[in-house]
Amino acid sequence: MPRAASQHTAGPGQWLTHTGLILGALVTCFPLYVVFVASTVNLSDIARPPMPLLPGDQLMVNYGAALTAGINAPVWRMLLNSTVMALGITVGKLSISILSAFAIVYFRFPLRNFCFWAIFVTLMLPVEVRIIPTFEVAAGFGLLNSYAGLIFPLIASATATFFFRQFFLTVPNELVEAARVDGASPMRFFIDILLPMSRTNIVALFVILFIYGWNQYLWPLLITTEPDMNTIVMGIKQMFPTGDDTPDWPVIMATTVLAMLPPVCVVVFMQRLFVRGLIDSEK
Amino acid sequence: MKQRVIFSGKLLPYALLAPQLLVTAVFFFYPAAQALYQSAFVADPFGLKSLFVGLENFRFLFSDPYYLESFRTTLVFSALVTFFSMGFALWLAVLADRLIHGDSAYRSLLIWPYAIAPAVAGVVWMFMFRPGVGVVSWYFEQAGYRWNYVLNAGEAMALVVAASAWKQVSYNFLFFLAGLQAIPKSLIEAAAIDGARFWRRFFTIVFPLLSPTTFFLLVVNVIYAFFDTFGVIHTITSGGPQQATTTLVYKVYADGFVGQDIGSSAAQSVVLLLLVGVLTIVQFRYIEKKVHY
Repeated sequence: MPRAASQHTAGPGQWLTHTGLILGALVTCFPLYVVFVASTVNLSDIARPPMPLLPGDQLMVNYGAALTAGINAPVWRMLLNSTVMALGITVGKLSISILSAFAIVYFRFPLRNFCFWAIFVTLMLPVEVRIIPTFEVAAGFGLLNSYAGLIFPLIASATATFFFRQFFLTVPNELVEAARVDGASPMRFFIDILLPMSRTNIVALFVILFIYGWNQYLWPLLITTEPDMNTIVMGIKQMFPTGDDTPDWPVIMATTVLAMLPPVCVVVFMQRLFVRGLIDSEK
Repeated sequence: MKQRVIFSGKLLPYALLAPQLLVTAVFFFYPAAQALYQSAFVADPFGLKSLFVGLENFRFLFSDPYYLESFRTTLVFSALVTFFSMGFALWLAVLADRLIHGDSAYRSLLIWPYAIAPAVAGVVWMFMFRPGVGVVSWYFEQAGYRWNYVLNAGEAMALVVAASAWKQVSYNFLFFLAGLQAIPKSLIEAAAIDGARFWRRFFTIVFPLLSPTTFFLLVVNVIYAFFDTFGVIHTITSGGPQQATTTLVYKVYADGFVGQDIGSSAAQSVVLLLLVGVLTIVQFRYIEKKVHY
């Protein structure tokens, strides 16, 4: 569709627009570039400023040191912990939410409204607000330093339930009618019709929830005291020495890059689904 | 809402809801009730028994200059983060919307900070601005400015605001761009034919039509600045210097976990619960309105 020239100033106007956007992109990307460069040089290059602005030749050395030895715990171990936590939270949230949304949309039963509100109230109450009592509950269950402790307290949230509810409300009634006429049980309808129809939505939400899970900071900070159970996002801060010693910047920066890589790749490579999930889940 | 076809089932709906209700009860309602309960007690100095004090914790809290100061800090911090992240995002979105080609290339370059954890964003900005190491602080020094956010309260605030806003720009950008692209082009063209220039069109047509998006983002950004920026503050300043960057959420953590003052921390949690409640109602009213467009 040709756009009207009146709206989009041609010629110099477009160039100004491009210049503005390139400036914006530079401001956005510069911090990442600095961190990447720092992860490829020697400690002495950083300790004697100014830091070089071109990548050095220590990439393999620094990443190798981070992954195999780290500082408190090897980074491969923290990556593993983060992966388990992020996937656990994602799969947990998706499964409990899709089931409860199915119940709320397709059934009428006593206390239905109460259940909906009980779930909905959690929509905006982040762990940050109730950390100490939640920590005590988790500690009471013996969940400190365990994957269950990292995952379960964080899967109670209404965002995904609300998202699926909104989607189920758009599914044509005729489909349910047809399933009922054919004598399909509710679960048959759910498995054979509703789940396949929700596939794109599930993937879109998967992207959002994976990033949410991967990026958790405060909760892992409280619940894991052993370095071997640290997640990578919280482990970076633990790599700084407490006193006046010089931090091992190249190894810390290599770890920082490794901490960003999985969620950034998910966003960049699944951009279309991600944008859709993000914008739809807020409706 | 149209009449929906309903399945019958007595126990099945409860079974379907059980997992979510269970998790919500154990990790949400019970802790929230516990916070309410603990907020009415003080522990003795040895932590052996606790004493019922009613609303004393709250009275103490609101007469504590440090707490009131952290309220002010949170408000200033949230206002700055919201203003800068939304302003910058709107500017970029307006530019990207003007493009005839290539907006998806810019989008890829602009959206990835969304994926970065606040704590990681904190480490990244701390590294750039660390006195003696950071690349930016070195250039500041060359320019004759002695930058030291570790000692200077204003600079510490500026740095946590910059890191928090930087991370949030991509989110705001996506919503502003979607909002701009949903505005009917015919409206804008009609105004253009009537001779309205770009900025006039922007302020009289585009910005008013964008107001649902703007309002939604306003609430989301305030919530982000209140609750999700703990990682940024913890990694960059740890609330310092002298509490200059101690927000309300950071103080719950600092008093409860570091200071072990459970009663006060619980009372602070209750105050935060009320604050979130208000924000949720504001947000929900907005959602309602949008659904019934």
